Amino acid sequence: MILDTFIAPFTANPFMVYALMAGVLVSIACGIVGTFVVLRGLAFIGDALAHGVLPGVAVAILLGLPGMVGASVGALAMIFGIGFITRRSNLSSDTAIGLLFVAMLALGVAIVSRSHAFSGDLVRILFGEILGIRTGEIVGQLVATILIGAIAIVCYRPFLLLCFSAEQAEVSGFPSRRYHAIMLLMIAMTVVVSFRTVGTLLVFGMLLAPAATAALFSRKITTMILTASLIGAFSVYTGLLASYHFNLAAGASITLAASIIFFIMLGAKRVSQGVAR
Amino acid sequence: MSVAADVPTIPMDAAAVNARGLSVGYSGETVVANIDFRLDRGKVLALVGSNGSGKTTLLKTIAGLLPPVSGEIDVLGGAPMAKPGQVAYMGQFHPSSFMLPLRAIDVVRMARFAAHGLLGRMTHRDERAVQEAIERMGVAHLAQEPLNTLSGGQRQKVFLAQAFAREADLILLDEPAANLDAAARDNYRRLVRELANAGRSVLVATHDIDEAADYDWTMLLAHRVVAYGHVEDILNPETLLSTFGIAGSYKEGRVIIVGREHGHEECEEEQELPVSGLFHQPPHDHAHHRS
Repeated sequence: MILDTFIAPFTANPFMVYALMAGVLVSIACGIVGTFVVLRGLAFIGDALAHGVLPGVAVAILLGLPGMVGASVGALAMIFGIGFITRRSNLSSDTAIGLLFVAMLALGVAIVSRSHAFSGDLVRILFGEILGIRTGEIVGQLVATILIGAIAIVCYRPFLLLCFSAEQAEVSGFPSRRYHAIMLLMIAMTVVVSFRTVGTLLVFGMLLAPAATAALFSRKITTMILTASLIGAFSVYTGLLASYHFNLAAGASITLAASIIFFIMLGAKRVSQGVAR
Repeated sequence: MSVAADVPTIPMDAAAVNARGLSVGYSGETVVANIDFRLDRGKVLALVGSNGSGKTTLLKTIAGLLPPVSGEIDVLGGAPMAKPGQVAYMGQFHPSSFMLPLRAIDVVRMARFAAHGLLGRMTHRDERAVQEAIERMGVAHLAQEPLNTLSGGQRQKVFLAQAFAREADLILLDEPAANLDAAARDNYRRLVRELANAGRSVLVATHDIDEAADYDWTMLLAHRVVAYGHVEDILNPETLLSTFGIAGSYKEGRVIIVGREHGHEECEEEQELPVSGLFHQPPHDHAHHRS
């Protein structure tokens, strides 16, 4: 009975195993990158970046190119846009980034609306199709996750300093702008490789929710990365199970699971603090 | 931070900081113009002024965080930021840094990154410097505590330990005594003196004339260099007025206020205060009755 509910869906269906593998890889990438997104308060920029890829993907679909190429171009355009805005304005950069993000989203939808299978394409881009993932894509995801992990290891010191204080990073010989740009590139890379699995709308949830949950209980950044990856992987598993048993959209179920875990843990922390008092 | 173990690496004749016609400011806007000074190794310089007088701007320029608006500046015989491992800077922190999942010891360890770059291995010497710094600042018992559970004063000691753990030849401190209680303040001032005796140079931005009197040199700042020298020699009614808008004089650790610039006319009073209490005084609030 337990086996049927929790294990069999995966052993009986290869597409479920592929989905789980891709999802776990997404979780690791998002655990690493999401930790820095949460600690540096880059959630809004991350959100903008995640949606900025939409027009790129849309154009790629219209031209018959791989979606990932379009996503990369879109993400790079967004990074330059955000960089330009943050250099030019100081107080209103939130507003400007918000506008840029809405404009890119609208542009993406406008372009997709030219395509014949409009709603199908749009849903696939926004919510992914983790159940239709192919082995080639899993390999791509694996390579990207390893690359993200390697960058995080090499840049751990400047990233840590940057979270603490951009000035301390500078005076320690790590130019803060360079490492900020590398961080944005990592977010972009995560978004680009993950949009096939969970979609551009939901990849942001995977970036934020597990890391935010881990932040509630972590005392060290390395623990936070590990915890976030584990929570992400658990969300993928429960989301896929829910999707399988209750016939729900897989990408949405996964992100929902990650978000529910966050709110449960937030409640648990409140309760335990209340008890401690 | 070890006071005796390592000899600072600047040649004897090179100044720790040498500024000639230096103007500092933000994005081309000058805050303080035409600063000339030389800080020798083994000396402590206090930058004294009220809020917005240019203390932080000058410190950031020396640290290399701000480009000079004009003029020349050498730090340890080279450009600012040319030797990140040999300059420590403790700025004022954004409160968001306090919420990070970091333990006190992790914060102090960050001081050693500058010497090792991206992947250079940390050594026993690094660990010893970190341990020594947290012990000297009296926060060794808090080493494993998360930063966000510490009080303001405890955090300040951790940040000071971070600055000292760098074992830098030049140490730049922006209002380090903020949030410290009297005992911790004495302890940190003693440490600054020991570091200077061991040949390191220290620049401290402070409001506290009493603290400045402890050090070798004082620069009074009020959008310009009001005076530069030892406190005893440079504090007089005119410099006090220019720096703080206070008319008074300085004598043997006490400032005698003979009237404050506060827009009232014919206000003459004599008031004697310990200097450390000077800037915690409520604004002049007595009533004036004209006869």
